[in-house]
Amino acid sequence: MENQLYLSSSPHIHNGETTDQVMRKVIYALVPASLVSLYFFGLPALSVLLICTLGCMVFEALSCWLKKIPQTLADGSAALTGILLALNLPPSSPWWISLLGAAIAILIGKQVYGGLGHNPFNPALVARVVLLISFPVQMTNWTAPAPLTSGFDAVTTATPLGEMKTAVMLTGKLPALAQSGFSDYLLGNMGGCLGEVSALALLLGGVYLLYKKIISWHTPVAFIGTVLVLGGIFWAIAPEKYPSPLFHLVTGGLILGAFFMATDMVTSPVTTKGMLIFGCGCGLLTLLIRLFGGYPEGVSFAILLMNAATPLIDRFCRPKIYGQRPAKA
Amino acid sequence: MSLLKEFSKGLWKENAVFKLMLGMCPVLAVTTSAENGLGMGLATTFVLVCSNSVVALLRKLIPAGVRIPAFIVIIASFVTVVQLAMEAWVYDLYQALGIFIPLIVVNCLILGRAEAFASKNPLIPALADGLGMGLGFTLGLFILGTLREFFGSGAILGVNLLGSSYHPMLLMILPPGAFITLGLLLALIKRVTARS
Repeated sequence: MENQLYLSSSPHIHNGETTDQVMRKVIYALVPASLVSLYFFGLPALSVLLICTLGCMVFEALSCWLKKIPQTLADGSAALTGILLALNLPPSSPWWISLLGAAIAILIGKQVYGGLGHNPFNPALVARVVLLISFPVQMTNWTAPAPLTSGFDAVTTATPLGEMKTAVMLTGKLPALAQSGFSDYLLGNMGGCLGEVSALALLLGGVYLLYKKIISWHTPVAFIGTVLVLGGIFWAIAPEKYPSPLFHLVTGGLILGAFFMATDMVTSPVTTKGMLIFGCGCGLLTLLIRLFGGYPEGVSFAILLMNAATPLIDRFCRPKIYGQRPAKA
Repeated sequence: MSLLKEFSKGLWKENAVFKLMLGMCPVLAVTTSAENGLGMGLATTFVLVCSNSVVALLRKLIPAGVRIPAFIVIIASFVTVVQLAMEAWVYDLYQALGIFIPLIVVNCLILGRAEAFASKNPLIPALADGLGMGLGFTLGLFILGTLREFFGSGAILGVNLLGSSYHPMLLMILPPGAFITLGLLLALIKRVTARS
């Protein structure tokens, strides 16, 4: 394996875990959320998932072939990027959006930098943001969840965050939906991207990753904690204008972002102190964009911006070198 | 013979956009369409040819200590000429390019040629150098503008090529599209030239 992930300064003890094992576990952790999206959105969600995943794998193989390097398909990172991308797209995405997203994620988000381990930004999020900016109509065309038994093909709706932004802009007041219906949001019974809908299924995957020690608690806790605390302060000041922290938690992509995107080993800080700073920064930016920005949802922008700050954070949090004493002034 | 060389070096071998990476501000900012790129390139070429000629003619009169302010005054005069002319005759383009027309004054390509070439050479070579460099710059802007317009609006020079079923990729005519297109284009040029 050429692309090993080094997490701290030497000496190291190898725990025997390889890149493909890590990737496989993250994919397992995303299974519950994917199944929930299939239940609520049906066949369109399946086609988005399939096109994104297969597309990413094809583009990965293609770029390895073009660069004349050994195939890296087996490490599972391309498939994982595909699943994450699919979870970041609306279920009604046409096939060409999914395919273009896969090409952008792998070719521009990852391979131009030199492949896994060299990309400064999370490839799936790069693709999502490019698509969101390029095709605002298609990327915000939400279908209401229609469980397989309902009998409708598709009903369009707004996401809770989108509806909140519009209502606050038009009337200066929160809509009714921001004060109730939390159990629906928790289970995923609302409009949104594939992976935005079920907080519960995502948490299940996140807990599995924590249990398997693929991710540490620092980034997600700092990220979600910052959103909750700052959101709570705004809510306490003006509850008729700002939604409650619980609403922030269960709507939009906060849980998906905090557990699966902000913890990407390649694009986030390596020290625990760095992870806390990274998570707090993500939370702060997410909340600012949600409450004051032009877009209803800010998780993807927040994580990408903090990805850009990661080298700086790592430099700031460099661990003490063993045996070195601080210089006396 | 060497005159031809002074002219042709700017077209490709020392192309301002693809090889020297000079004047990146207009390159990235105004290339949202082929027409804007072409207009900006030609305006810059006019200023470059005129300023190169005047600097070459006055090169023995300008004291070395104040040469940069002197160059800037000469360049700014011609930029004013271009700005007024464009406002009079091509008003739409003038509106589209906006603030970037007066900003031709600070295009480092123009000052760079005045400093590096025109102030050390007689009129005719300076003229050839300015024309070649300017046309090379125009070529770069035109290529970039064409690519961005094609993907971002589905058209080239305002002519719709891809029909109404094509969903324009808005990112390409926004600032990130400029950086991504230029980056990929430079990589492609490196790849092609490295092989030969």
